[in-house]
This record gives sequence, C-alpha cells and structure tokens, in this order.
Amino acid sequence: MTDTKYFQEWFSNPRRDIIAGTVVALALIPEAIAFSIIAGVDPKVGLYASFCIAVVIAFVGGRPGMISAATGAMAVLLVGLVRDHGLEYLLPATILTGILQIIAGALKLGNLMRFVSRSVVTGFVNALAIIIFMAQLPQFHDQGLLMYGMVAAGLGIIYGLPRVTTAVPSPLVCIIVLTAVSMSLGLDSTLNTVGDMGSLPSTLPIFLMPDVPLNLETLQIILPYAVSLAIVGLLESLMTSTIVDDFTDTESNKNLECTGQGISNIVAGFFGGMAGCAMIGQSVINVQSGGRGRLSTFAAGVILLILIVVMGDLVSQIPMAALVAVMIMVSIGTFSWSSIKNLKVHHLTSSIVMIVTVLTTVLTHNLAKGVGAGVLLSSLFFAYKVSRLLKIDSELEVSKTARTYKVSGQLFFVSASTFAEAFDFREVLESVTIDVSEAHFWDLSAINALDRVVLKFRREGTEVNIVGMNEASQTLVLQVGKYDKEGAELESH
Amino acid sequence: MAKILACTDGSIYATSVYEHAAWASKKMGGASVHVLHMLNPHHEEPLTSDFSGSLGFGARTALLEELVELEAVNARVAQKRGQAILDDAELKLKQFGVTDFVTNQKHGKLSEEIEEYERSADLVVIGKRGNNANFETGHLGSNLERVIRSCQHPVLVASRAFASMQSFVIAFDGGASSQKAVEYIAAHPLLQSMRCYLLHVGQGNSELESALAKAESTLTEAGFEVAIEHRSGEPEEVINKVVEDGKIDLLVMGAYGHSKIRRLIVGSTTSAMIRTVQIPVLLFR
Repeated sequence: MTDTKYFQEWFSNPRRDIIAGTVVALALIPEAIAFSIIAGVDPKVGLYASFCIAVVIAFVGGRPGMISAATGAMAVLLVGLVRDHGLEYLLPATILTGILQIIAGALKLGNLMRFVSRSVVTGFVNALAIIIFMAQLPQFHDQGLLMYGMVAAGLGIIYGLPRVTTAVPSPLVCIIVLTAVSMSLGLDSTLNTVGDMGSLPSTLPIFLMPDVPLNLETLQIILPYAVSLAIVGLLESLMTSTIVDDFTDTESNKNLECTGQGISNIVAGFFGGMAGCAMIGQSVINVQSGGRGRLSTFAAGVILLILIVVMGDLVSQIPMAALVAVMIMVSIGTFSWSSIKNLKVHHLTSSIVMIVTVLTTVLTHNLAKGVGAGVLLSSLFFAYKVSRLLKIDSELEVSKTARTYKVSGQLFFVSASTFAEAFDFREVLESVTIDVSEAHFWDLSAINALDRVVLKFRREGTEVNIVGMNEASQTLVLQVGKYDKEGAELESH
Repeated sequence: MAKILACTDGSIYATSVYEHAAWASKKMGGASVHVLHMLNPHHEEPLTSDFSGSLGFGARTALLEELVELEAVNARVAQKRGQAILDDAELKLKQFGVTDFVTNQKHGKLSEEIEEYERSADLVVIGKRGNNANFETGHLGSNLERVIRSCQHPVLVASRAFASMQSFVIAFDGGASSQKAVEYIAAHPLLQSMRCYLLHVGQGNSELESALAKAESTLTEAGFEVAIEHRSGEPEEVINKVVEDGKIDLLVMGAYGHSKIRRLIVGSTTSAMIRTVQIPVLLFR
C-alpha cells in the first residue's frame, strides 16, 4: 500500500468521520458494558478493550470505516475462563488470541473465508443477533415491571425519534432521557444502574504485564479459549468487512485485517482489556452516519474514552434499562430479517445450513462451532449435488457382443458407488468400451471404482477398453490404478 | 504510429491539454491522440446524513439499497458529464487540426490507473492542476505528482493556456534523468527546430562540465542550436528567472530524481518548479 493511499484512507472524509465516530462511540458503550458484565468482569475491562482495539485497528486494520471493539460474540466465549480461572487469565488469553490472529494473517488464512457460504454467513449474523438479544434477558431478572416499562420507553425513543429527526443520535437521546427520568424520580434505588455493575475507568488505560505464571499449565488453560476467540474474532471481522465492502463499493485487504485484529487484541491485552473484534451493528451505524475512513474508527475509540473518563459519574448513573434498549436495537439491526422470508424461497439445503448454524451457535454459545457445523453441512450438500452430475448411458453394438458405456460428469467418493452400480455385469459380452471423455476422476475412490468395474468385467471374460480419459484423471490412474497393471486382481474390500 | 495520451478532467486546463496534445501530435508527425477521462470513485464522499445511529428491521439491506440508489443517480450524472467532456475534447481536437484521435472514459483514479494506459503511449499530456484548480492554488493537482511518478514515458505538463513554442530550456544537473532528456530530445522529432538552452544551476565541477559538453554535442549533432548557461543560486528561483527573462516557452527537466526521504525533508524541486513556473514543463523520469 502506498503512503498516499493510506493518507487518503485517513483523511479523505474528516468531518463526517468524526461525527460518525461520535455516533458510533455511543453505541459502543452499551455493548462494552453489557458484555463485560456477562463475561463476569468490571465494565472497565470492556471499555478499555473497546478503546484500545478501536484506536489500534484504525492504524493497522485492512478495512477503513469498519468498527472493532469489545464484542458480545467474544465475551460469551470468555464466561467459562473468567468463572473458572479468574480475570488474570483473561488478559494472557487475549494476548494469545492476538498472536494466533497475526499468524492467521501471515498464513493468509483470510482466503479460507471463501469456504463460508452465504447461508452460513446469514446463520452467523442471525445467531449473533440472538446471542446479543439473549444476553440482555438476565438484566430483567428481579427488576419488576418498571424495567420492562423503561426498556419499552427506550426503544420507543430509539425507533420513534428518527421519524422526527435524523440529526441527533437517538440512542444518545434514549440514554439521556432515561438517565434523567431515573435520577429525578429516584428510580436508581430499585433499578440497576451501570455503577451497580462494577467499576468504571477513571484514568487512561495503563500498561500492565499479565499476572500469571508463564508456564505450560497456563498455556493449557488459555489455549482452547484463545483458539475459539481467534476464530470467532476473525470470522466476525471478515464477514463485517465484506458487508462494509458492499456498502462502500471498495475493496479491503482481508489478510491485513487478520493481522490488524491480532495486533489490536495484543495491545488490548496489555492494557487490561478483553479480546474483541469487528462489530456488524456498529459498523452499519458508522456507514449510515457517513463514516468511511480510518479516522471514524479512531474517533469512535477516542470519544468513547473521553466520555467514560470525563463523565464517569454520570455514566455510572445510566440505568441498565437504557443500555438494554440500545443493545436490543443492535440485535434487531444485526438480524437478517429477510432470511426468514427467504426460508420459503431459497433452496431447502441453504435454509437447513442457515438454521443449523444458528442452532449450533445458540446452543453452544460459540460462533466458531456454529460456523464449523454450517461449513461442514454446506460442503456435504455441495458434494451430494455435484455427485448427481454423473450420467452413464450405454449402447449395444449391432453385433450384440459389444457394448459402449458413456460416462459423463464428476467421479469422486460420493458418486463412486453410483458409478459402480450403473454397469450390468450379467450381460454376456465379448468387449466393453467405457468412454470417459466427458468424465473427470477426482480421487482414489473414483479410480478404485473404475478398477473394480474393469476387473469385474475381465473376470466375466469381457475385454475392456477405456477411452478418452483426460490428462488429470490419467495421472491419477497411473499413480494408483490397478486394472492396467499386470496380474491385476480385485482386492477384497 | 506514435501515440499521445491526453488526460483530461474537464477543468479549465482541459482546452490547454488538448492544444498541447495537438501541438505534440503535429510535431511527432501526426501521432494519434488518446483522450482519457477518469470517472473518480464517487463513494468517498458519503451522501447520507443520517446521524440517528438507530438500526431498524433489515437495517443492512435497507442501507445498502439506499446507498446504491443515491450513488447510481450521481454516477449517471457523472457519466453524462464525462461524455460531455469527451465531446468537447473531440470538438477542440478537430479545431486544433488533429484527425487521428480516440476518446475514452474509465472508472477509477488517474493516479492509480495511469500506469496501465501509459504503457502503450509515447507521450503523456496532463494539466498542471485538476478540477479543484481554484481552491487548491499553491498545491499541485492532486494527481499530478503521482501520475508523473508512475510514468515511464515523458510527461508534458500543460500550462493554463497554450502559447506557440519557439525555444526550450533544459534544466541540466548531470543526473540520469536529465541525460535521458537530452537523448530523447536529440532522437525524437518533438522539439526539433526549436532553440535550445542548456541551463545548469549551482557549483560546477569537471564531471559536470564533461556531461554538459557531451549533452551539447549530442544536441548539436541532432541539429539543435544550443546555448549553455551557468547560474548560481537556488534552482527554483534561478530557473524561474531565466524563464521570465529569456522568453523561453518550454521547460525540460528530469523528474523526482531524489529519494523519498530527501523529498520529505527538503521538498521536491520538481513539484516546486511545476508549481511556480508559468510555462509548460516536459518531464523525464
């Protein structure tokens, strides 16, 4: 990348970027606080992480205009780690996540995204929305009807205000109004506020070394978490970057983004934050508000920290109801509602892949597992569909002693048995010609199936000719095939 | 057949670019002129003004549709405008007596794509400043430096208005690119039959003297009438002064000879020259 291009990515759109960054910062606070609480740590862990990640990724990311910070998808993976081993293990896990992501970037694993089908992406996005939504539900616990009323009022403001004006961020108005109401009516004695949830940052983040023994045991504890975190972080980041690519009609550097996510997580870890990644909802808000450049992400991070440090006392007065309302909005905006409508229209297999991705994720709380299930299933479906592209016709010669089989399509492990069953070995023939000029042999199973067919015919005393094998298939046959080698006998399988 | 690539953006420099291209075409024995207009990517400046920060049902699809619709409208306008620019280019080129020309518009940024189009051309003509000429005075056209850096062929930077050219000055520093300039001029018909000044600014030494002598003999052999000038002082000021005094119509110089790091510290003589001098500049890499 040239320095001029990098400069443009920062400063081509400064005014809008800063305004958009401000709007986004307001949407970052609820997620950082809410999911810190879910992960079982103080809100400041999420807030420091959001600041560090947003600021660092602005410099080193591969997708200008995308927002990264502490996210729900990552936080739900951390619950077990924090519960069983404590906060001190969270920070090294975050750093290890970053290291793994940098390795992924160096190995260009971003290219593996091509194996994630559209249906899996939709499933991922929907599962993410459901996770964000479900994570809000514990907040209603023991809070009574008042909580429902406050959240409903908050949602009313968030969705009602843009109909009147789009000049002010409605989540901000929601937060301000609900905080004012809660403070003036003294509701904070019954309703939870942010201050009740743990300590907020009062200073800039400070550099600290993780307070854990650097030994194999520690690694054993954090590695499984770090692997999951790295995968989920990269998946969400790369999916979000594709979405932002579409919005802005520009390209992004996926492998640079992997490395960038890694660097920002390492920095977050050393400054006492938890692992994060790109955020779909907040990135949409950013683009919607006019943010396009690296400056928007940077501004979001910086403004977030200013808001928290300078107005910490006020922030601690914010009723949780206001944040819950904002997060419900984010989850609604993240969910792909058209995918429900499309269930009827789309092919059944696509819908199954999507639903399996969602269900696996929601049940395991691990987006990596959901995506794994989705990718596996969509590959199986694909293999099955391709296997049906096999066609075998045959024609008896006039002499009635010879038959020509014409094979066309793809031969591989899935279609091998179909292939073998298509031949009639009971027919008494002097010779059989198998024309495979329209067929391609992909793997051992396919060659093996051909072997068996040829050898079976030979045992019946039928001579077999194979014609038209293409070069790639031929190479494979030469390596592993048996029928054309001397003394060929059918192996027992 | 030689080919001249004329880059236009419909700014006030456009006519001058066509006229310079027509002049070069004539000098190069009727070279064909390819006019290139780049439609800049429009999405750098967002068009929405929704700061509500609220995400409704189906927010992503809705936003994408909105953006596509807005940009489609703008892009169509830009396309129409681009076509008008090219129509104007055809008209002007005909007026200036060019018969062999092609006009073309492409999506993208000139500075990023120029290499591809420049490869098949023998000479590139570009305006000194681009579309933002009036409020960017003092700065070079945003594209110019990057375009020049990407070009392997000579670049003729058109001044605001074309004036007939009788004489040119070569700002000679003995460097590779100024020697390349001398060789090109001697071997090509572009500047044939114009008076030539070889100008050196600053301290001379024996190495430079011999380079100058060699340049002089190369040019004289090619049939140029050559005069050598030594001046001391800041290259930028001196060259400007020579141009103003000497009724010189074209400045020839090597472009961006120094390292990027040096440019960051002392600035680029090339950029400074193109910026201040009032006549067209022919640059060699």
